[in-house]
Amino acid sequence: MSVLSDASVDLISGDGSEHLSGELLEISMGPQHPSTHGVFRMNVTLDGEQVVKLKPVFGYLHRNHEKIAESESYLGCMPYTDRLDYICSITNNWAYALAVETLAGIKVPERAEYLRVITGELTRLQNHAGLIGFLLQDMGASGTPLMYAFREREKVLDLFEALTGARMMCNYMRFGGCRCDLPAGWLEGAKKVVDGFPRFLDEFESLLKTNEILMARTQGVGIVTKAQAINAGLSGPMARASGVDYDLRKVDKYGIYERFNFRVPLGEVGDVYDRYMLRVLEMRESIEILKQAIRDLPEGPIMDPGTKIRGFRPKAGEAYGRIEGPKGELGFYLISDGSPNPYRFRVRPPSLINLTLLEDMCLGQNVADIVIILGSVDIVLGEVDR
Amino acid sequence: MVATSLQELYNWGRKSSLWPLNFGLACCAIEMIATTMARYDLARFGAEVFRPSPRQADLMIVAGTVTKKMAPQVVRLYNQMPEPKYVISMGACAISGGPFKQGYNVLKGIDRYIPVDVYIPGCPPRPEALIDAFMMLQRKIDAQYLTGPDRPRHLNSEMPSEFVVPEFGAHDLVPTKNSEIWSAPLVNISNAGKNEPGRD
Amino acid sequence: MNLEEIKSQIEANVPGCRLEIIPNGSPSGQHSLLVNVEHGFAVASFLRDGAIPRFDFCSNVSGIDWPVKEVSTKVKVKKLVDGVEKDVDEVVKSQTGGYLEVVYHLYSIEQREGPVILRMRTEDRAERNHVPSLTPIWRSAEFQEREAYDLFGILFDGHPDLRRLLMWEGFEDHPMRRDYVDPDDYEYEPTAHDDVLKRAQAHRPAEEGGL
Repeated sequence: MSVLSDASVDLISGDGSEHLSGELLEISMGPQHPSTHGVFRMNVTLDGEQVVKLKPVFGYLHRNHEKIAESESYLGCMPYTDRLDYICSITNNWAYALAVETLAGIKVPERAEYLRVITGELTRLQNHAGLIGFLLQDMGASGTPLMYAFREREKVLDLFEALTGARMMCNYMRFGGCRCDLPAGWLEGAKKVVDGFPRFLDEFESLLKTNEILMARTQGVGIVTKAQAINAGLSGPMARASGVDYDLRKVDKYGIYERFNFRVPLGEVGDVYDRYMLRVLEMRESIEILKQAIRDLPEGPIMDPGTKIRGFRPKAGEAYGRIEGPKGELGFYLISDGSPNPYRFRVRPPSLINLTLLEDMCLGQNVADIVIILGSVDIVLGEVDR
Repeated sequence: MVATSLQELYNWGRKSSLWPLNFGLACCAIEMIATTMARYDLARFGAEVFRPSPRQADLMIVAGTVTKKMAPQVVRLYNQMPEPKYVISMGACAISGGPFKQGYNVLKGIDRYIPVDVYIPGCPPRPEALIDAFMMLQRKIDAQYLTGPDRPRHLNSEMPSEFVVPEFGAHDLVPTKNSEIWSAPLVNISNAGKNEPGRD
Repeated sequence: MNLEEIKSQIEANVPGCRLEIIPNGSPSGQHSLLVNVEHGFAVASFLRDGAIPRFDFCSNVSGIDWPVKEVSTKVKVKKLVDGVEKDVDEVVKSQTGGYLEVVYHLYSIEQREGPVILRMRTEDRAERNHVPSLTPIWRSAEFQEREAYDLFGILFDGHPDLRRLLMWEGFEDHPMRRDYVDPDDYEYEPTAHDDVLKRAQAHRPAEEGGL
């Protein structure tokens, strides 16, 4: 901590009679701090309790995905995409598989598309559940809501483990389909999890609507207007909380999302409360999609039999493929020069771009609000720093 | 006889109340959090609270990739912990750089700068593996003698408890490793590349 | 939405700009628009404010390094062979690359259109590597341009706060360039071969006083 002695401030007390002179305080929040978002650092300049300036510092988890990918084959990069946003590994895989399929013009069979939707929406459920648990923990309910959220998350992780062999780093998608088919009894297990989820959501939604502390701490805090959101490139729940009606599942219609009947919730004010409530509503919509997908899952192959796996060399060119990940628009920009390794592997990180307005959201707020605002942005450092 | 039971009591007290530092870096941190949750409860082994401040913690579970930008911070936190202190290196990245070994910003293992007690392989290791490592650390503490040349670091005033913090250089960290704790492991390289019988 | 149409709109409204459509060889069909550096800012302003549809969302900003590469292409040339004019294959060597490139993916949220891919190239990879910053137009480019500066060395004129994003201050290289050499960080490999073997052999005498 250091005190900037040449930036002194004159404070006028309530009745305008006295001048209290003060100094601005500069503190460094992070890279190791208790609100468990990872190694993220913010240099905050405070005037008493209010934020005057906030500069984020990145790079503490910069693991060089892009450089490593240039020396790996296309398929060899797939496990690295798991570790980008390490909480939602399956949607990362999907975005990368979509980008390569756009680059090389590969088609995906129907059963694989349904499996992708099922696992993708399950990923969205466990991500939002974890996020709500962390947000409540950041607000001071130390531990208990997180326990409930993780209890639900463990149920989904059990499903992933039965399907792919790993709880977190699933490595499930391949170019042209999925890696493995459902084991016996998986679909019934998934149905049970999906049917039991609304009870957990009801608990949390009632907390939101009736708990005074929560409502006082989140309403009117960290407001982002619609125009600001579009200009700053916000995407996903962050943008929709500000009223931007843009959900890639409805706009790009990638995969088979056209066949499902679901709504896109939108916020009005764009504060932390809206973002929280939006994620709870999105979980409900995901449950609807899951029910429809599990009901309509067809039989068939999960990989196109004609797909070339060995010696995969797409033609020279480039492609940008993007999906609606749980955090926002996750895109991969790939340039191929005809060799088995990508020439340029660029990840469009939703978490980093959603942080563009962090300073604007926190100006004038109290120090305690910074933690809540950061929690509502939903960042994962693996994606911010890559 | 009193001395041995005193030693047992002392070791029992220390191993049953290891309080970890709230220090998660990357993906392994999520598995560490899952280990402390209701399903794989780590609190039953004594890790009741995760302390946010290093001054109040005894155990640092380095969970996740240590990058070169983060390395000075890790070493500083380790130096701030009071003795006795232990380090568990969780996950392939903290052991040796893991899948990101080729990266220019990745430190190839936290044991280059601080001494590590238990290594957990895996990417990420399951919560049960973390519990197993915790129990292994408890067994290690149990086997420590309070007197004699094998006594642990905090009872031996000659052994250092603070280590050199690396600085940011123009191209790499300075120094690249702490030679007192880590030296490059021997590789049986005489066999490879030459047509000679192996020697080691 | 046709890229040709967008190109003609821009040419009509931003006088003096030089645009080129770069075709895309892959089946994705995403062709891009190369803009000259002097008019980059004006073209981007027009795309955000005046174009139809308005491109209000800048999704992705990437830097790319194209080092100088020798390319040999076969060309049919008419030559006199034994007194008869014939078509002969001749190999022509040329150079491509030698610049840094920055690529912007633009979308229109209100009209649900996109992407329009805008490219700008620097003059070379050493000193003359300035391009205009589009952060005043699209705020989402702020961190991504800082990253392109950090990892590639592209200098963005007009960026409000151009400093390193991911590497530490005082780091002197631009690591994502193709000619970046990693620092020699000895890593243990149980089955060392090729480059790793050579580096292990170089370290071993230093560690043990020669063997």
